[in-house]
Amino acid sequence: MSTLHAKRANEFVKDTAVVDRHDATFWAVRSKRDKMAHEVPEWEELREAASRIKKHTVTHLADYLEMFAANAERNGVHVHWAKDAAEYNAIVLQILGDHGVRKVVKSKSMLTEECGLNDSLISNGIDVVETDLGERILQLLGVPPSHIVMPAIHITREQVLECFRGHGIIEKNGQQAADSMHGDLKKLVAEADPTFLTRCARYHLRDNFMTADCGMTGANFGIAATGEVVVCTNEGNADMSTSIPPLHIVSMGIEKLIPDYESMAVFQRLLARNGTGQPTTVYTSHFRKPRPGSEMHIILVDNGRSDILGNEDHWQTLKCMRCGACMNTCPVYRRSGGYSYTYFIPGPIGINLGMLKDSDVNYNNCSACSLCCSCDNVCPVKVDLSTQIYKWRQQLDSMHHADPMKKTMSEGMKVMFDHPGLYNAALRVAPLANSLPSWLTNIAMGAWCQGHDMPVFAKKSFHRIWKDGLKDE
Amino acid sequence: MNPNQTKDTILGNLRRNVRETYEKPDLSFAKLEYQDAVAAFIHTATTAAGASVIEMKEGDDINDLIHSAYPNARTIASNVEGVKADRNPDKVEKPQQLDGTDVSVVLGTVACAENACVWIPQTMKERAVCFICEYLVIIVDRKNIVSNMHEAYARIEMPESGFGAFISGPSKTADIEQALVYGAQSFCGVTIILR
Repeated sequence: MSTLHAKRANEFVKDTAVVDRHDATFWAVRSKRDKMAHEVPEWEELREAASRIKKHTVTHLADYLEMFAANAERNGVHVHWAKDAAEYNAIVLQILGDHGVRKVVKSKSMLTEECGLNDSLISNGIDVVETDLGERILQLLGVPPSHIVMPAIHITREQVLECFRGHGIIEKNGQQAADSMHGDLKKLVAEADPTFLTRCARYHLRDNFMTADCGMTGANFGIAATGEVVVCTNEGNADMSTSIPPLHIVSMGIEKLIPDYESMAVFQRLLARNGTGQPTTVYTSHFRKPRPGSEMHIILVDNGRSDILGNEDHWQTLKCMRCGACMNTCPVYRRSGGYSYTYFIPGPIGINLGMLKDSDVNYNNCSACSLCCSCDNVCPVKVDLSTQIYKWRQQLDSMHHADPMKKTMSEGMKVMFDHPGLYNAALRVAPLANSLPSWLTNIAMGAWCQGHDMPVFAKKSFHRIWKDGLKDE
Repeated sequence: MNPNQTKDTILGNLRRNVRETYEKPDLSFAKLEYQDAVAAFIHTATTAAGASVIEMKEGDDINDLIHSAYPNARTIASNVEGVKADRNPDKVEKPQQLDGTDVSVVLGTVACAENACVWIPQTMKERAVCFICEYLVIIVDRKNIVSNMHEAYARIEMPESGFGAFISGPSKTADIEQALVYGAQSFCGVTIILR
């Protein structure tokens, strides 16, 4: 009766050390976020403002997109529109083909992940190099991200060392990395020192920045009033990717738009504080025009977003700015890991986005929620995440994805609660179950008894005690 | 599909799917203000952001300050007037020629106390100079320090080049086991000189 999420989580929790580390890591990020929140007296006003700005923008999105595109074109930027992933991938290939691009350096973008861009490029013979350190590690390991902000958090330093060694990075860039730290190469390798490994990646990626023909970035925000995009990173990889190659392609989901700089200030203050518990990302870069002698392209991607706007229960997912705060706080995500979900975005927002993308593929994720509502309380743009998950669960039956055993139990309970006589009779005989051997009751209750035993029924029900009490008065 | 057709389809779908519209909110609520924004900026820059700060005094020479911060620098790149540099980002033919720069020196126009962000407008031909170096020196006037990002966004100006970035301390990552490391892809350290 378990969902796919529960089955995969069951595998994940087998190694308790891994679960504890995963849980503690994200709880630490959540705690840092709380510290940041307490340092800003107007925190709640900021959240309310962010929510309202997004509500305003997405309900006037057609007008703002036209304004944004017109301004960008006036700035000398080429603007493209893509209805879906296939159109988007075709546009990217067309631009790269026109410029004879052979190597692309890429800064982290969940949208390209959503559209399967890397596979499309690689199958067309284009070398794609992810430049965010975490993303690069995952690319070299050949595995997907397990978190949208900290994608490689589940990988250990020893695994990173092995991976770099396997790809010849230690051999090629290790000495320079050790020199930059005034350290001993052998000792740093033996310790799988994180600074050393980061520096190895630094010089490995530096070679790629120098030789790439195109830099690709996502967009954290698009500003309608000026036609510019804003990209936020801590590593500076978006800036390195775009200040050297002669071509910059921006991939932007249409919901990333905000009206102006005044609005941008609100989101700049919230993004990093919520995402990683820092007062800001190191880089908040504003791209308005192409570099002299270069070209800049912005691809505006719909891929289902304009349909989500028409969904009464779920349109507010369009407010999301992908900070990851809902995953960091989620007790189920923290203890089940990113790979237990079937959608590439895990956690509360991922459950909802996955259902909107394809409910037949992603309905299993709806069980990954205890309805504790912690995500609703931290979300900086006030997406009603857990309410939405609850609504999906109500629809599972009509989607023919209700669990048959739970359905039978629910129907049985309905019969019992609808007939007080039957209910009272059942209550009277319930204590008899106490004398049954536990192996029998635990088998009967199946998954309910994993991790806890069948409860002991009281000899006298609360109902009875209450009635007896009333008689005494 | 014809590009204009796609655009019309998306915009049409968006217009059709809006059920209720919402007004742009009023953003005039009270915001974080520091009594001494300069002191607050120095504190944030040297703690959370991980930068060093030098307060320039009357009679100080800018080149002496840069040298004292990075005495081992062999290659300095800058187009800032009065800064002695070996490379000029306005004069290089290609951005790749700036690789191997030890220290870049750039001007910041607005600095923000709440998060140590400094606005660096691209006032050079090749902006790679701001990112490609091992260490970055940012010169900014004390009078241009504001308390929060609302004030900062009200004050920044986009230069003719069409690029500007808020930068707060050195390039960072914690992607390997959450260990905080300075010097991911861009500069490993930052010194801010307050004029």
